[in-house]
Amino acid sequence: MKLNLKIWRQKDANAKGELVTYPIKGIEGDMSFLEMLDVLNEELINKGDEPVQFDHDCREGICGACSLQINGEPHGPDRLVTTCQLHMRKFNDGDTIVIEPFRATAFPVINDLIVDRSSFDRIQQAGGYISVNTSGNTVDANATPINKHAADEAMDAATCIGCGACVAACKNASAMLFTSAKVSQFALLPQGQVEAVDRVQNMVRQMDLEGFGNCTNTGACEIECPKGISLENIARMNREYLSATTKG
Amino acid sequence: MGILDSKVPKGPLAAKWTQHKNDINLVNPANKRNIDIIVVGTGLAGGSAAATLAELGYNVKTFCYQDSPRRAHSIAAQGGINAAKNYQGDGDSAYRLFYDTIKGGDYRSREANVYRLAEESANIIDQCVAQGVPFAREYGGLLDNRSFGGVLVSRTFYAKGQTGQQLLLGAYSAMNRQINRGKIQSFNRHEMMDMVLVDGKARGIIARDLVTGKIERHSAHAVVLATGGYGNVFFLSTNAMGSNVMAAWRAHRRGAFFANPCFTQIHPTCIPVSGDHQSKLTLMSESLRNDGRIWVPKRKDDAIAIREGKLKPIQLKEEDRDYYLERRYPAFGNLVPRDVASRAAKERCDAGFGVNKTGEAVYLDFASAIQRYGEEEALTHGIKNADDKEITRLGKKVIEAKYGNLFQMYEKIVDENPYETPMMIYPAVHYTMGGLWVDYNLQTTIEGCYCAGEANFSDHGANRLGASALMQGLADGYFVLPYTIGDYLSKDIRTGAIPTDSPEFDAAEKAVQDRLDKLMAGSGQHSVDFYHKKLGKIMWDKCGMARNAEHLQEAIDEISALRADFWANVKIPGKADGMNQELEKAGRVADFLELGELFAKDALTRNESCGGHFREEYQTAEGEALRDDENFKFVSAWEYKGEPKDAVLHKEELNYENIELKTRSYK
Repeated sequence: MKLNLKIWRQKDANAKGELVTYPIKGIEGDMSFLEMLDVLNEELINKGDEPVQFDHDCREGICGACSLQINGEPHGPDRLVTTCQLHMRKFNDGDTIVIEPFRATAFPVINDLIVDRSSFDRIQQAGGYISVNTSGNTVDANATPINKHAADEAMDAATCIGCGACVAACKNASAMLFTSAKVSQFALLPQGQVEAVDRVQNMVRQMDLEGFGNCTNTGACEIECPKGISLENIARMNREYLSATTKG
Repeated sequence: MGILDSKVPKGPLAAKWTQHKNDINLVNPANKRNIDIIVVGTGLAGGSAAATLAELGYNVKTFCYQDSPRRAHSIAAQGGINAAKNYQGDGDSAYRLFYDTIKGGDYRSREANVYRLAEESANIIDQCVAQGVPFAREYGGLLDNRSFGGVLVSRTFYAKGQTGQQLLLGAYSAMNRQINRGKIQSFNRHEMMDMVLVDGKARGIIARDLVTGKIERHSAHAVVLATGGYGNVFFLSTNAMGSNVMAAWRAHRRGAFFANPCFTQIHPTCIPVSGDHQSKLTLMSESLRNDGRIWVPKRKDDAIAIREGKLKPIQLKEEDRDYYLERRYPAFGNLVPRDVASRAAKERCDAGFGVNKTGEAVYLDFASAIQRYGEEEALTHGIKNADDKEITRLGKKVIEAKYGNLFQMYEKIVDENPYETPMMIYPAVHYTMGGLWVDYNLQTTIEGCYCAGEANFSDHGANRLGASALMQGLADGYFVLPYTIGDYLSKDIRTGAIPTDSPEFDAAEKAVQDRLDKLMAGSGQHSVDFYHKKLGKIMWDKCGMARNAEHLQEAIDEISALRADFWANVKIPGKADGMNQELEKAGRVADFLELGELFAKDALTRNESCGGHFREEYQTAEGEALRDDENFKFVSAWEYKGEPKDAVLHKEELNYENIELKTRSYK
């Protein structure tokens, strides 16, 4: 198929960006979206132009490196997939596709379609862990039985890949879904209880410091999340936060 | 021979590690504050090592090329992690895990290392659960297990089909705790370009900031490399696109021996190649073989009809299907080890029974599992007289709970619903068992340079059993390296900070700069990918699932010529002093073009078949691998001497004191 790509080009964080149009042909339905960009880049390199830079790595939908706002939607039109798992069969011959970086103040553009998501790391560093030494002198793993439903729910929250689609989808550029996923995982497990009060406060504080907006229950994050992380996590984080801040 | 000292402690197998830990020197906690360690790579091995070393009190700097340690390729491991817990009461023990691993590795791994791995395995599960890793649980609240290829017990712990992700996020959270304490400085979007040696010891690295293009100097008392494998030498593999061999290869160029480069695992259950545009291959977890049955049509006519789209697999009757693994290996059936399953698939496809357009795919079928689970569910829920439709519905629910994300991934890529029609799978390059040679302490032949996880060679032999890579990464990082590195560092407590303005750093930085300049100066004929794809094709055709002397020699010549062409004619747009993804790739492909040749050379010298290394000249009448313990019971460790053709072979003889070498049979 033939496509008309409009791609955001920006040399670095300080440069002014613009949408540049690239017509492309010979795209097959079996190609992933990133493979389509590979084809474009090969053409650009052969012409002596600079290829479009974008983040990607595993191309299996799990590392969370790929991003891209495609026709206004994070990871494009398909549900429950990352950009690397989006296939060109979802588009039609002759389509115009607008490709932009994820947009949020807390995700500054580094180059072309690449944004800086290190704010996510700093939120995790503020408390997204259990303070246990890695000595191996822990109790037997079966010494604390965990209710299967709780373990499954914790797992569902833990599947967040930290791609940032929730932020990019949100009109407030809120990181509540991301932050709440980690808070929920630990809130649901007995191992996470001991420092639950500090964790939620520290993570929320860092989230605010990074310049993410607040949640206004629009729900776009849940719809665009490639891993189907549920809004219930935000509700759980709010409960955790409320109880943490009222405990004195 | 003779310069490779494995430093395996004396004494009975089961006591070696404990004894060693008691014997080695410790560093006083107050002195640890004065010692710096660099960890390159932040996957399971590097992340866990960095967290533990920082927790012990050392100053740690980590480096990764991704934007966050959480994206390391360990995250993509699906199936699970082994541990000899014997929670299932099916007779498991550290010895059995050790035995399965040695046998699965076709007797080409080091006994003492593997025993230590088996010993620490149970510890890993306890540790990860304490960190909040949400492993699958049974209704009683206890941990659930499943089984993997090459073993007869259920010892694999899992978190849906995302075990690697959860374990990595566990290590990442342990790292974050140390970053928050200021004990780890994390350098993301950085690539190690070279290693700096002072007086023969690893004392630092030259790194490139991938955003600014700036070349940086970082010093330390020891350097740990945990940068994964080199499967991307094949271009198409299950590895992340950025996974590269640069750090290990640069250490090799500085004197670290490279061991067993030809031992590469071809994983049997990947999504087949769909076209020329393909950038990578996607694995379907081996755990699927617990419930999926592998088959091709019995008759060639049927295979042809299927390829032409005239016949659907579900139309083929049971008796017209060839469940070739169950037929050939009745004891292990669909759960034979990966090398055996891969070769068997290739054999059927080469014989003309392949089921996709290109004839390079076999079926992985869940119909009978859906039926079986459905019946069981109906029974346990007291549903009497359930009809076929109801049974199928219930069965699909069970399969979805077990493998839902894998099925979803398959459907997205192939555009077919695997609940309704069997999956198509084909072997693909997955994991590399070769890597930097290390002794029992995980130290390379460069003093102070350590290597952990997939980047080293030690534990998997010629083939890796499923669910053992995660185990090795975490055992090395959490429980082995933190002890063994202390023994080395105990001699460094008076050294003080290592300066970065020494002649050694000057020279290494200049070498890096010269190499970058040379890459940028190519004549501009072809892109980096053009060369990478060419290399990949040579590797797959001539050094892939089956090899022979003639093809290997051809591969050596072709790669050597391709490398010369690359350096003369590669085209890298843009500049070196900013973000430039083509330049990053070029540096990596330049290394693959050297490693690929050494790979072929290693395969050519090993005149036997074992594990992932199948030399066509050495096979039994039934087409099984023919090992030669008399002549090849050694680790090949290559010393760098400039061009790969000049590399010098050193041999570490493998001694089996506790295990009798047997022909590997899964029949």
